[in-house]
Amino acid sequence: MIPAAFEYIRAGSADDAFAQLQRLGADARVLAGGQSLIPAMRFRLARPAVLIDINAIKELSNIGIDNGRLTLGAVARDCAIERAPWIGERRWSLLHDASRVVADPVVRQMGTIVGSLCHNDPAGDWTTVALATRAEVVVRGKAGSRTVPIDEFLVDSFTTAVAEGEMATAVRFPVPGDRTAGSYQKVERKVGDFATAAAAVQVTLAEDGTIRDAGIALSAAGPCAVRVSEAEALLKGQKPTAEVIRGAAAAASKKSAPQADLRGSVAYKKNLAGVLVSRGLRQALARLGVQS
Amino acid sequence: MSIEATPKGSMGVAMKRKEDPRFLQGKGNYVDDLSFPGMLHMAIVRSPYPHAEIVNIDGSAALKVPGVKAVITGKDLEAAGLGWLPTFHGYDKQMVLAIGKVLFQYQEVAAVFAESRAAAADGAEAVEVEYKPLPVVADPFVAKQDEVLLRPDREAKTNHIYHWEVGDKDKTAQALGAAEKVIKQRIWFPRCHPAPLEPCGCVAQFDTMGRLTFHVTSQAPHVYRTAITIVTGIPEDKIRVISPDIGGGFGNKVPVYPGYVCAIVGALKLGRPVKWIESRTENLTSTGFARDYHMDVEIGARADGTVTALRVSTTADHGAFDAAADPTKYPAGMFGVVTGSYTFPVAHAEVDAYFTNKAPGGIAYRCSFRVTEASYAIERGMDILADELGMDPVELRRKNFVRKDQFPYASALGFTYDSGDYHRTLDVALEKIGYQALLKEQAEKRAKGELMGIGFSTFTEVVGAGPSKHFDILGIKMFDSAEIRIHPTGSGIVRAGTKSQGQGHETTWAQIVAEELGLDPQNIMVEEGDTDTAPYGLGTYASRSTPVAGAAIAMAARRIRERARKVAAHLMEVGEGDVEWKDYKFQVKGVPAKSVTMKEVAFAAYTNPGQNEPGLEATQYYDPPNMTFPHGAYVAVVDVDRETGEVKVRRFLAVDDCGTVINPLIVEGQIHGGLTEGFAIAFMQEIQYDKDGNNLNTNFTDYLVPTSLESPKWETANTVTPSPHHPIGAKGVGESPNVGSPAAFVNAVIDALSPFGVRHIDMPITRDKVWRAIRDSDPAKG
Amino acid sequence: MRVSIKVNGVAHERDVEPRTLLVYFLREHCGLTGTHVGCDTSSCGCCVVVLDGDTAVKSCTMFAAQADGREVSTVEGLAQGGALHPLQQAFWDNHGLQCGFCTPGMLMTSYALLKHKPNPSETEVREELAGNLCRCTGYNNIVKAVRQAAETLQAAPVQK
Repeated sequence: MIPAAFEYIRAGSADDAFAQLQRLGADARVLAGGQSLIPAMRFRLARPAVLIDINAIKELSNIGIDNGRLTLGAVARDCAIERAPWIGERRWSLLHDASRVVADPVVRQMGTIVGSLCHNDPAGDWTTVALATRAEVVVRGKAGSRTVPIDEFLVDSFTTAVAEGEMATAVRFPVPGDRTAGSYQKVERKVGDFATAAAAVQVTLAEDGTIRDAGIALSAAGPCAVRVSEAEALLKGQKPTAEVIRGAAAAASKKSAPQADLRGSVAYKKNLAGVLVSRGLRQALARLGVQS
Repeated sequence: MSIEATPKGSMGVAMKRKEDPRFLQGKGNYVDDLSFPGMLHMAIVRSPYPHAEIVNIDGSAALKVPGVKAVITGKDLEAAGLGWLPTFHGYDKQMVLAIGKVLFQYQEVAAVFAESRAAAADGAEAVEVEYKPLPVVADPFVAKQDEVLLRPDREAKTNHIYHWEVGDKDKTAQALGAAEKVIKQRIWFPRCHPAPLEPCGCVAQFDTMGRLTFHVTSQAPHVYRTAITIVTGIPEDKIRVISPDIGGGFGNKVPVYPGYVCAIVGALKLGRPVKWIESRTENLTSTGFARDYHMDVEIGARADGTVTALRVSTTADHGAFDAAADPTKYPAGMFGVVTGSYTFPVAHAEVDAYFTNKAPGGIAYRCSFRVTEASYAIERGMDILADELGMDPVELRRKNFVRKDQFPYASALGFTYDSGDYHRTLDVALEKIGYQALLKEQAEKRAKGELMGIGFSTFTEVVGAGPSKHFDILGIKMFDSAEIRIHPTGSGIVRAGTKSQGQGHETTWAQIVAEELGLDPQNIMVEEGDTDTAPYGLGTYASRSTPVAGAAIAMAARRIRERARKVAAHLMEVGEGDVEWKDYKFQVKGVPAKSVTMKEVAFAAYTNPGQNEPGLEATQYYDPPNMTFPHGAYVAVVDVDRETGEVKVRRFLAVDDCGTVINPLIVEGQIHGGLTEGFAIAFMQEIQYDKDGNNLNTNFTDYLVPTSLESPKWETANTVTPSPHHPIGAKGVGESPNVGSPAAFVNAVIDALSPFGVRHIDMPITRDKVWRAIRDSDPAKG
Repeated sequence: MRVSIKVNGVAHERDVEPRTLLVYFLREHCGLTGTHVGCDTSSCGCCVVVLDGDTAVKSCTMFAAQADGREVSTVEGLAQGGALHPLQQAFWDNHGLQCGFCTPGMLMTSYALLKHKPNPSETEVREELAGNLCRCTGYNNIVKAVRQAAETLQAAPVQK
């Protein structure tokens, strides 16, 4: 299948890309990894008049830890996370887990984290991880760059805070403390599928062994990734007991408001939300040396 | 006489495949790899509606798209007498392009011809079609009521296509009535699709003399040639069909599709070659699907487990046209093998087929015409019976197996099973899998609330269609053929009426010839798929290549040997009666030192034939006296996660008996592949329609083909019970693993869920279905 | 638009429509038909090629324009001087192919895999090949082949 005809512009810099976007407005789409956009174009579900290719922009492919934040540029690839030298550290376990189950191993060579956030599929992986880790997205607009907390960035299915003529240039994850671990639990029908249900969990323990902070988010549980704030509140300040975990799982299951589709029924997906949060919490805690 | 290496045998040798170097270097020659000067591309406009009247088709905007050369519609074809094409078994005809109305979503409505792939796609998008939606029938049980008549073009004003039955209805009813135990279960084998990785496609071109060369992804090139003549009226000598390398077929590339006819019409009309390559969506939504059998299975038995009767009543969903590619006299294929490996004294099977607003098909997906459905029904049924009798499913099977001394065995539904040793094959499986240890482990796990299941399938297949008195397609008897030429220096070429799609014929056929003639298989070239050079054959599907063409090749080689014997006698200056074929060469009886090799004889056949006819070639058409009946014993071991419904296939052992093995490497490869497709059907692959007739599995994001990560690791073993009537004793193997394995997987899952009283789950067994089965089970259990 | 792509070491400069997918550039503009198309959703991996020496990509989900100025390796470039690459040899030895349609993509994904993980475990091979579908082999023999090739390459690494 062949996309409808379009004009191709290869942007040389972020400034160039932004200027083109401003000039072309709604006619243009930014091409990053293209792993969702190009298939959509082949089916002619997307038919931009102009593609602004940002893949060659060096400054947007950066991955760096600075000032307590991990910054990933707009064309940093999924596989770059999987291969980062620090990814084996416990604090990054949520990102590490997720980086191994996004799409398939070949698609991950091109697919980007920021592109996935901008696509905002209700069953996406990175959106869910970004919620649990309290990431923020750098959006370049007319008034310059602004930083948007992920909860505000994800507006609705396939809709984000990036307005017409704007572009997301990076995502920033806070560098978790030493006593932090996470887990990404995904049920998928096969490799390459979007989640039937998935849970992103990140837990930070205080010195006394209580939970200082928790991030809990669900995929395929609503119009876009869902933060289970009820579960986060439930966990905070508590000793990580089986009962507390059960409570968090129940809150997740309750919060989950999925659509029935070929991947599963509403009841099944709601059940999975609880099961996966429970498993995620137990794995994150195990990574911190706590058996629960 | 020259000095050379001692000739040796080639049968049973795990020879590396001769065809591989070209595939490994990207030098395979698939249809889409072809390009000809002036070649146009074709794209098809398809219906978004499952059932709708066509009010108007306007191609004017399409014709304005740069590069677009022509648009054709059903009306154009009808005017040229090409509106309909016959389906293979002759019970129905199929629209080439929609005439008057569309009958399924994605049906072919118009064809657009253009200078490039992109222009053809742009043109297809620009064709404007006005539809008026009609009521949709997406369920064969609704179709049965005949409230909406789907096919007013047919003489019979009903959605019912045919009724077929076999066996003794009354005696079966009596036996079921008298049985101490009767089980009854509705078992649905859902609709699935073979989805070979290479989609279907063709290039049609006419030369200046008006002769058509048609490159096409066909499993049966000669049948295509005849079909093209029937449809278009082009004389058969003016048609050359070439099947180049084929990227998997699995039955999907047996039928003749509307796109092929359109490409031929376009090439004729525009005087330029036309290429049509379908997209994955077109492949999944419009070409031959498989199965879709709703089977009511009843088994009667004595309290001790001895089976006394089998009755199976099936409602079949054939879609918009009856395009099932079955032999003429077998609208429900070989479904009569539903008595399986068991000695049912009486049985009755019937199939009623209906039209619905779904894609047409019902092809044999890695299957010998409905054997997969039959095998699944009986193997599920036996497990349900064992469960209700409280018997070990292994013991129930063993008790009812056809015994070794009963072969040839006449089944209650009319087949004569050629040979088998079911008890031995099962024993090998039990020993290799360690059944007793697994039972112990399962009991321990159950005590802890963990769900582990062991599932068996001890199937019998029927392949190698088939004897001319029963089997034909479009009236052509289902023989197959071989032509062998041995060259002066002892190499040769074999041509057959079959067409490999990955089965390794270039290697296997060479091995058969080499074995029969004492030659080097590396120097026996195999050529298939070109109707100008290959003898007429019915093609490769239904595991018929080795049982039918393989036999023809062996017998053609033996004809050559008989001719060579005369030349050998001349060379050794003895009477022909004094020459014997021993240790892969000709010897003078009782004088082993006096011998000549086939290579020497071949040279003499061209240089010094004496009084004999020069040259060394033979042609053989083989009409099999019977079908062959491969069998196997399969065991699946699964673990079920009760919280997520996930089924993990921990082990799977396949013990196959396909008779004589020509190349064990290739046979094992066939089994691995078939098991993976069986796994896919059991757990993942399904073509679903919603109640409004919308196809829900239109590409690989929702039609789930397993990857290396989902696919289990396979364990294999074999027993050998040669076919008594096949020249080399081989039975065919490509489909056994796909036919036999689904029941083993499902039986294992149901066994794992038996603490909850779960009796049956229809395939594909998704996590959701497993989880709901547990949730909805009797709370007193589990 | 004009693009110049080095394919298997040879520069190919062509005028193409921007919508030309890399796979059709290779197949129809360069005549390299070893790279196949099996789907439209980036699911099957029949079209996998290697970009800039070590990155496996699905060439049906990338425009030729994106590869302008870059290096692409296809299955046609694996064998050197008439000798099969150890991966090709291992697929042959282990009956790792049947119809051959997925084979080029499998080989190129494996090629990139071994650049990043020279000695993968069986599970790692299964994980890394999960973006490539095969309908014929059931994967057992493909996994065996990739591990054999890894051993061969480690014993005597070939250049390229």
